[in-house]
Amino acid sequence: VTDLATDYLGLKLAHPVVASASPLARQFDGIRRLEDAGAAAIVMPSIYEEEIEAEDAAFSSLMEHGTLAQPEAAGYFPGHSAELGSLEGRVETLHRAAAACDVPVIASLNGSTPTGWVEFAHQLEDAGAAAIELNLYRVPTDPARTGEEVERDWLETVRLVRNAVSLPLAVKLGPWLSSPGNFATKLVENGANGLVMFNRFYEPDIDLQTLTPQPDLKLSRAYEIRQPLLWIALLARRIGASLAATSGVETHEEVVKYLLCGADVVMTTSSLLRHGPEHIATLKSGLVDWIDQRGFDSVADIRGRLAAARLAHPEAYVRAQYVSILTGYGQDGK
Amino acid sequence: MTGAAMATETMDGNTAVAHIAYRVNEVCCIYPITPSSPMAELADEWSSKGIRNIWGGIPVVQEMQSEGGAAGAVHGSLQSGALTTTFTASQGLLLMLPNMFKIAGELTPAVFHVAARSIATQALSIFGDHQDIMAVRAAGFGMIGAASVQEAHDLALIAQAATLKSRVPFIHFMDGFRTSHEVNTLTLVPDEAIRAMIDDDLVRAHRLRALSPEHPVVRGTAHNPDTYFQARETTNPYYAATPEIVQTAMDRFAELTGRAYRLFRYEGHDAPERLVISMGSGAEVARETARWMAAKGDKVGALQVVLYRPFSTADFLAAVPDSVKSIAVLDRTKEPGGTGEPLYQDVVTALAAAGRAVRVIGGRYGLSSKDFRPGMVKAVFDELAADKPKNNFTVGIDDDVFGTSLDFDPDLDIEPEGTTRALFYGLGADGTVGANKNSVKILAEEQGRYAQGYFVYDSHKSGAETISHLRFGGAPIQAPYLIRQASFVACHKFEFLEKLDVLGAAAPGATFLLNAPHPPDEVWDALPRSVQAHIIDKKLKFLVIDASGVAQELGLGPRVNTILQTCFFAISGVLPRDEAIARIKASIEKSYGRKGGAIVRRNFAAVDAALAQLHEVEVPKEVTATSDLRPPVPADAPDFVRRVTGEMLAGRGDAIPVSAMPPDGTFPPGTTSYEKRNISDEVAAWDPDICIQCGQCSIVCPHSVIRTKYYEESGLEGAPDAFPSAPINARGFPGSRYTLQVYVEDCTGCALCVENCPVNSPTEPGRKAINLVDKRPILETERQNIAFFETLPLPERSRVNFANVRGVQFLDPLFEFNGACAGCGETPYLKLLSQLFGDRLQIANATGCSSIYGGNLPTTPWRAGADGRGPAWSNSLFEDNAEFGLGFRLAIDKQTETARSLLEGMAGEVGDELVQAILTAPQVTESDFTAQRQRVAALRTKLEERTDEASVTLLSLIDYLVRRSVWIVGGDGWAYDIGYGGVDHVLAQDRDVNLLVLDTEVYSNTGGQSSKATPLGASAKFAAAGKRVPRKDLAMQAIAYGYIYVAQIAMGANPEQALVAFREAEAYPGPSLILAYSHCIAHGIEMRDGMKQQARAAASGYWPLFRYDPTRRRRGENPFRLDSPRPRLKLEDFAYRELRFRVLTKLDPEGAATMLRQAQAAADERYRNYEDLAGRDGSRFLPNWEQP
Repeated sequence: VTDLATDYLGLKLAHPVVASASPLARQFDGIRRLEDAGAAAIVMPSIYEEEIEAEDAAFSSLMEHGTLAQPEAAGYFPGHSAELGSLEGRVETLHRAAAACDVPVIASLNGSTPTGWVEFAHQLEDAGAAAIELNLYRVPTDPARTGEEVERDWLETVRLVRNAVSLPLAVKLGPWLSSPGNFATKLVENGANGLVMFNRFYEPDIDLQTLTPQPDLKLSRAYEIRQPLLWIALLARRIGASLAATSGVETHEEVVKYLLCGADVVMTTSSLLRHGPEHIATLKSGLVDWIDQRGFDSVADIRGRLAAARLAHPEAYVRAQYVSILTGYGQDGK
Repeated sequence: MTGAAMATETMDGNTAVAHIAYRVNEVCCIYPITPSSPMAELADEWSSKGIRNIWGGIPVVQEMQSEGGAAGAVHGSLQSGALTTTFTASQGLLLMLPNMFKIAGELTPAVFHVAARSIATQALSIFGDHQDIMAVRAAGFGMIGAASVQEAHDLALIAQAATLKSRVPFIHFMDGFRTSHEVNTLTLVPDEAIRAMIDDDLVRAHRLRALSPEHPVVRGTAHNPDTYFQARETTNPYYAATPEIVQTAMDRFAELTGRAYRLFRYEGHDAPERLVISMGSGAEVARETARWMAAKGDKVGALQVVLYRPFSTADFLAAVPDSVKSIAVLDRTKEPGGTGEPLYQDVVTALAAAGRAVRVIGGRYGLSSKDFRPGMVKAVFDELAADKPKNNFTVGIDDDVFGTSLDFDPDLDIEPEGTTRALFYGLGADGTVGANKNSVKILAEEQGRYAQGYFVYDSHKSGAETISHLRFGGAPIQAPYLIRQASFVACHKFEFLEKLDVLGAAAPGATFLLNAPHPPDEVWDALPRSVQAHIIDKKLKFLVIDASGVAQELGLGPRVNTILQTCFFAISGVLPRDEAIARIKASIEKSYGRKGGAIVRRNFAAVDAALAQLHEVEVPKEVTATSDLRPPVPADAPDFVRRVTGEMLAGRGDAIPVSAMPPDGTFPPGTTSYEKRNISDEVAAWDPDICIQCGQCSIVCPHSVIRTKYYEESGLEGAPDAFPSAPINARGFPGSRYTLQVYVEDCTGCALCVENCPVNSPTEPGRKAINLVDKRPILETERQNIAFFETLPLPERSRVNFANVRGVQFLDPLFEFNGACAGCGETPYLKLLSQLFGDRLQIANATGCSSIYGGNLPTTPWRAGADGRGPAWSNSLFEDNAEFGLGFRLAIDKQTETARSLLEGMAGEVGDELVQAILTAPQVTESDFTAQRQRVAALRTKLEERTDEASVTLLSLIDYLVRRSVWIVGGDGWAYDIGYGGVDHVLAQDRDVNLLVLDTEVYSNTGGQSSKATPLGASAKFAAAGKRVPRKDLAMQAIAYGYIYVAQIAMGANPEQALVAFREAEAYPGPSLILAYSHCIAHGIEMRDGMKQQARAAASGYWPLFRYDPTRRRRGENPFRLDSPRPRLKLEDFAYRELRFRVLTKLDPEGAATMLRQAQAAADERYRNYEDLAGRDGSRFLPNWEQP
């Protein structure tokens, strides 16, 4: 029997395929469906502090609109609905899911203020999250701010949350850094137990009819695994934290590649949105077949076989690849 | 009793009563009606939160379809052994009357909690008096009345204890609004004391009397002349015992709480000679005034009748001091034609029976919450001292017709020194009332401090003015009347200074806080003369802040509440500043704390900004302003408008004498045009360059402020320079010009027009052909433009294409500038109705939003057109509207028949050709009507020359020769619930009536209660966790009849279809029903998106558009036409844009998801059903035979 067990953030998982943050995991039913489909762990969609606040502000404004303005109607909604905040509903779903699921349910958080990060994290911990994934993404729109300043804020955020909760913390980061490895190391120093690589970002298109920016997020494709693959290979076994690979997982092949480079778990959203939660089983059986066919026994056997740490000169390895691409280009007739 | 248990709290009368009623009952059967609705809503809220009654159970709250239904359910529940109550008022209580006789006749313990309110007579009024309770006094209910919030709380419990013991059911009443909505400090009865007041043996006895198959009895039999009478006399001993039972309950209550009550409560001089007797909140004014006068040595006293029924003559006589020589009995009701009002008659009878020789006069006061104040009580005492005091007097008005009124000093001030009085003038939308309610709580938080808040609103739903009256001090506040001398006056909207006498009630030396857009050194020059004069003469301390600017900066929108509340505390010094700030911040956290940090932070910032931006103004010694208050209506307005409407608008309605009022409730139409409300700083502005003249903005404008005309080029002669005009783009009008004029002073800035405009500027993203702009810079220009626009001729109706939106924009709306919510979804339909058929339109309007914005004084929007013709509008009641409208039709049909038959007989006299032409004329199209009106005019000329009986009679009926259009209009509360029986019956008649249901799917007017039109999965009051069953398909019910024209429309989805439906319904000679989807503030949407939401409602299959036309069946065609395409949006994409659906995703995410799935399935299936219908062969529908 092939042993697929893996460890992520100190959580014992039956296998490495994790359902990452997606609309599928927004509601209790969806989370149960992902569990039934065999997800080793489930990450709930990010709770965005700004979104919660905007939603609360919109709710309050709509709720207050017309209240106490005329003698017959003091308001238009049942009294206690005004007391509800947007966070409570999400936390309640987490609470129910955490209680009902056998696999770990991981909460994801994107704060905008120090208080928000800490308060929200407390609530997620209280609701029974197995771990918290900190979604650090934010567009640094101010050109006057240096990368160093931005990174310092992010590290400070991780430290704040680390001090506030005792849960395992993962940090989901983006690749656009001058020195991702260095920043990853600092994240771990500041309390991250794991890194999720990489976040995909909102990059709006323009609608030429209405002359307005069009927000839409395209599902990831298999070719997008390259960058995370590289950085997982470079960081695996070198920074003392779990590594989760995300982006571009379409078939078991991407799962295998990530594991070979040293990922502890492999996360997918796009493939599940395309094929349904049942696709988890396909990825899993593909992984088993591959391991069996290659004569390995377990995930542990293959994990990190191609990690840079196992190679003598990783810098040279990376550069060599770069050079070989350039020099090799066109040689096969392309 | 522990200290904590006896702690004081502040709440309004409704809360205070509901607190008790909820705890001592198991079932509440209710129906919303102002001002009692909050009691039922609170009970529902507590029930859904799982709050328990004194037996540990959670009471059931059941909303019914009417008060008649509620009373039936109460009766049934009582007969089945549950302790049951209801909350109601006014018409609601009247509808309960038949069951009340039953409940009392069967000796069933129950308490009905009533917020006493006026009855609709010459006019409806939602405000307080005793007409309702007096109208039901024969039912056999005990009646116990509270004078204050504390009394209402206490007597609710005493009544419950007494009813269980006596078996006589009780009405427990407080004065509507004055007590039900007054916030005051009171001491709550602890739960242990409530428990101790209720004898469980009596509860069990009640249960044992219930119907049960285990020990069956028969109740509700029919008697014959032999026994009915005797059986009716059996209950006398119960009624005889009741007063003592009530007093015993009062005594027990005093033991438990320390608050003692008597059946008749006397206050005043030890040996009074003059006595005033009254009930309700007026009794508190009377006793405070009597005390004040007695302290000055006047031998006066006041007697409050606490237990009115059964009237205990013995206790009454014992309570009237022997020294009394003359008595005035004050009734807050009117019994036209009687020898006096009811309480007066009881007093006279009781005294006469005892042979007490005391002079008694009776009088009326305080109808419809007319402020009843100490000066009026003193006037009554003074009258008692007169040689020949007036009987049947009135006090509080100027009755210059029948001379009943007493003169009084409106400013008599009897309030104790320690009471601080503050007045706040605010806007409904700015949060002033909410902030003041909060201030009352803060002020009374500490033991030993007392506060009172009372809130006066105007009748508009948009841009409404609110006046908050706050008192506080170290002693209980016993002053249930408005403040006339305030030591603090705040004006939260600068423009009020130009139309209301804001500082009229400022006491000398008072503080005046003004929210103004002007800096401290410029504000003085912006004030009107009389305001400056008040400030100087009364030596007011004057402070100013630009709260609106601060609120905008902080992202608080129009909500200036926190800022101005902070200023109030900072200036008034009622609390140490730091303590006040801390308490305001604590209450902000309490209100918004659960909702993330941003709102709390913004409000905290508002508190801090308030202190930084508040400035004292150095007051000059002289009045410098040249302008003064704007006249409320133009000087050239008709006499009635100036004398009556204008006075009401200026806030001086109380001084209008009886002679100025019509005796029968008849008012001139169209007075909204004189009230330039200017409620929005942003108004619509037209861009002639890119406009395609489609009429889409005009048709959706809820307030009829977008008018269009086309005219000859030469019409522009003498136009102001800025008058906008464009060549008309319709074919067949060469050389004609087109102008779209926005009536900017009436525009509410709702932006429905902007959102509905199909044009997108090719060069400027987001710009439409109509856009919102700042009003101030364009106001003067636009005034001139409007004046010129009005001189342009109205487009000829017969040249207008009625079949499309582009054409209809040119029809003069005979419904304009209504006070509905900005962006209302109902009013565009009414405006369209007035445009299409206004000159021959007769409307029966059910009570609800449409009767309020349609008929609430001071000004009303239905008006006559240029030819003097226009909609004749009336509101009867809520429940009877379909029948009321059918009555119109019956009378019109009968009189038309008489007119036609008279005409037929006069062919010889007036000419056979004319007679035949009139009798056979088709009356469908506009040109038909133009021709018929000409014929009728010719006939009139001929008849006017004649003096014979037939001619004179025909002349009086001549108008009926033009076909009249009867429309029966109301909301879903009427059509689906309370009036459904009538709607069904009227539709089932073969009469030409048109029912228009403005379907907001919820009780909008009374504040969002669930109706049978409320959809599955929407949250509403009484369906807080989401309605669990789908909405009633009223259209399909009507279609089942086969011969009713039925249409389901949504203007925002397809205005052309709406237009066709209106015209087909009107033309159909039988009954018609139009269900018009109306977005509403109660849906929790940005109102500017209302029409888009309508479009989504149709596109998602939630609100399919269709028409069922029986005339097509007659022709053998399929009568059912499905006008909206297959759903192309998910229900979610419509529903989750509305708070009513979305709120459940927070309250109960999983439940919301389940309900959404169910609702989607229901919508899908409903659409499939309609599709099946639309696909059938015509023969598969009920036959619809030609009329014989």
